[in-house]
Parts: sequence; C-alpha cells; structure tokens
Amino acid sequence: MKAISSNKKTELDTTFRSRVIEHLGGENLGACFQCGTCSASCPIQLIDERYNPRKIIRRALLGSKDVLSEDFIWLCVNCYSCYERCPQDVRVTEVINAIKNLAVEDGIVHPSLVKLIEVLKERGTTYEVGKLENQKRERLGLPIIDKKSDDIKKILDKK
Amino acid sequence: MRYAFFIGCTTPVRALNYELSTRKVAEKLGVELVDVPEFSCCGFPLKALSDERALAIAVNNLAIAEEKGLDVCTVCSACASFLTEANRQFKENKAFRKIAENILKELGRTYSGKVVVKHFARVLYEDVGIEKIRKNIKKPLALNVAVHYGCHYLKPSRIYKKFDDPEAPKTLDELVAVTGAKSVDYGKKKQCCGGGILGINEQIALTLSKEKLDDVKNSKADAMVLICPFCSIMYDVNQRKIESNFETEYRIPVLYYPQLLGLALGLKKEELSFDINRVKVDSLLERLK
Repeated sequence: MKAISSNKKTELDTTFRSRVIEHLGGENLGACFQCGTCSASCPIQLIDERYNPRKIIRRALLGSKDVLSEDFIWLCVNCYSCYERCPQDVRVTEVINAIKNLAVEDGIVHPSLVKLIEVLKERGTTYEVGKLENQKRERLGLPIIDKKSDDIKKILDKK
Repeated sequence: MRYAFFIGCTTPVRALNYELSTRKVAEKLGVELVDVPEFSCCGFPLKALSDERALAIAVNNLAIAEEKGLDVCTVCSACASFLTEANRQFKENKAFRKIAENILKELGRTYSGKVVVKHFARVLYEDVGIEKIRKNIKKPLALNVAVHYGCHYLKPSRIYKKFDDPEAPKTLDELVAVTGAKSVDYGKKKQCCGGGILGINEQIALTLSKEKLDDVKNSKADAMVLICPFCSIMYDVNQRKIESNFETEYRIPVLYYPQLLGLALGLKKEELSFDINRVKVDSLLERLK
C-alpha cells in the first residue's frame, strides 16, 4: 500500500500569521475558533459571497499569505457588525484592516486609495473646496474655507 | 458647552444643509461650536493604507483641539468613531503612543490625551439633554420617521463606553420623540448604508442602501432621519440612481436630525436649507404648516 502523497501542499507561509498578529489591529487573531458569527452578521457576505470574513480569518490563521492579493479583502464596509458580535473578541474588522495594511506593505494598493492619498497630501481633506463651493457657503452665511493643511503630507511622508 | 467644531471633509462641501442646520440648532440650544481651520481629515479614509498613520493623523487633530483647550464635537459618525478610537489607542497602547508622539514632535505639537470627542447628536443627548430640548420645542411635529443610526455613531461600542446599545439603540429615537415625531420601526433599521465601499464596489454599496430603502418604504414613514453626511449621500443623493438601477421608486425625503429638530424648535425653513436636500421635502413641509 502506498502512503498518501503529500506533494500537493498548499503554499503556506508560517510567518504570515504572526505578521498579522503583530500588526496594529491584528492582535486577537489567534482567539478565533471559527464559529462563523462574523460571516453570519456581515451585510456584504449576504450580497456577495466571495467576501466571507470567517474564511479570511481562517486563511490568516493558516498562513495562506496569498489572501493579500484577493480582490475581495477590500469589500469590508467597516460596519463593525462582526466586531460587535464576535464571542472571542477577535475584533474581526480590525484584523481584516490589518490584512489590508499588509497587502499595502507588499505593494498591493487598491486603486481607490491612490487618488485619495494624493488629494489628502495636497490639501489635508478629501474634497476640493474651490471658488464655487465657497460662493455657495457665503450665500448661506457659512464661513469661507481657504486654509489647506500639510499635516497629512508630513505624517504620511515621515520615515 | 463649548466645543471645537470638527466639521470633517464631506459636510462642508457636500452637506451644507447639515452644516447650517447644526450651527443654527447649536446656537439655539446654547452649544458653542468653535471653527478650527487647522483641522485636517480625521484619518479614517486612510485606515486601509496604514492604521498606524491614520490614527496618528487623528491624534494630531486631537492635539490641535487640546492646544485650544477645547473638546471636540463632530457631525460625521466616522470622524467621531475614528477620533475616539485614536484617543483610546493613544491612552492604552504604549507602542502606538510612542509612534504618535514622535510624529507630533515633528509637527511641533504635544498631546496629553485629555480631549473628549462627541458626535453632535451625543452632545444634544448628554450635554443639552432631552428635558432642555423639550422646553425649547415650539412646534411639535406630526410626522412618522424612520431613524437611521448608521454604524460609527454606535460602533465599536467598547470605545463609546456603553453610551448606547448597538443591538438596540435608543438615543436617536429619544431625540426624535422629543420633537413630537414618531420613530417607526422597520426591518433593516440597524443596517449599514454601504457608503464605506461606494468607491470600491458601487453595485454592492447601492444594494445595501436599496435594501434599507425598501424597508423604509414598507414602513410608510414620511421621511428618513440620520446623522452622518455619508449615510445621507447614500440615501438622499443616490436615491434616484438606486431607483433607476433597480427599477423601483421611493421618493423618500431624507432629513438630517438637526433639520428635524430645527423645525420643532421653530427655526425658519430657510435656516435649515431644505432646498439642498436632493429628494424634495416641500410636500412634507407643506403638511407641517
């Protein structure tokens, strides 16, 4: 009788789990016992089943680093339903955010972030306040906004 | 009652009705909102990039408020939640505190952790109080409204120290009740607006909003009432788009809570900028005359 072949191993990176745990927000990953309360509470999971928080957490636990390149990790809407209901206080929303941060560290930046970073560095807020906006504000008796902040640029550029 | 007014990014550009009604209601009820031009974005939109840097941006804003000796009042729920979370991390997480302090140092600032952050609705609920509001009501409103709490006004609940219960919230319902309006119950009352991923997957984001609008329509509420500029973008600004994408019809007016309260306090409708609301509010106002 032949031994069961173990040639078809999934590529696992044993350091990935600790990378998540050591990242801000990922601290409680190890407490997960895979009950699935997060997925059952997730409004996104009900609409698009590719986004399954329990499975994302599972892959982090196993060291399946390729989860970083999955498009669906960006679908978390940050509603904190999973976070509130998790019986193990895994803080799922924060763990998934830590995974996004690690994706960025590995060079996978969602395109929606690229433009946002540019605007925030340039003016300190997410929307341009131009002449037109200020005219509308003036008509309503609201104070003019003419100050930009370069604090965000300094904070993001700091080594 | 004096607060640094953390107006955020979205409100002063896309929700002037919210800004104006908030300022008018605050003035009427003796809450002084001090404008602080030095504030930047709260940091929340950059959380996916780097939680650490995003929280440092939030702490920098708290340091600016502390320099002025003021606590912070926000009108955006995400700003409230993120600034509160940054405050907690700064106080409880030594490693983060060190990083944040280093960044502040470079910007020539310090922070001790003393600033209190509150959403304007919470200021109304806790600082002004339901009883004082009740005494100021000039015109009780005969309306049925569907209250939308949104996510970050309540969650994560541990950062808000049991201010309200995310599974059975009541503060906004009480704030509505004091205006004379009736808060009607409806199916997906606790559901998220979807705004957080509008720029990532519009179809899913609009589906989330649609599901709630369906339930609000079935509840026969006269209007939705909410307290976050981005929630309003989803339900008010995008309502027509949802109607056309999903071949349905709602025509549900969406009011900011300060607009509703302002009416009950006897403020003129021009002072509350209803003309900016995308779904027309005229017939609703007509009925209240």
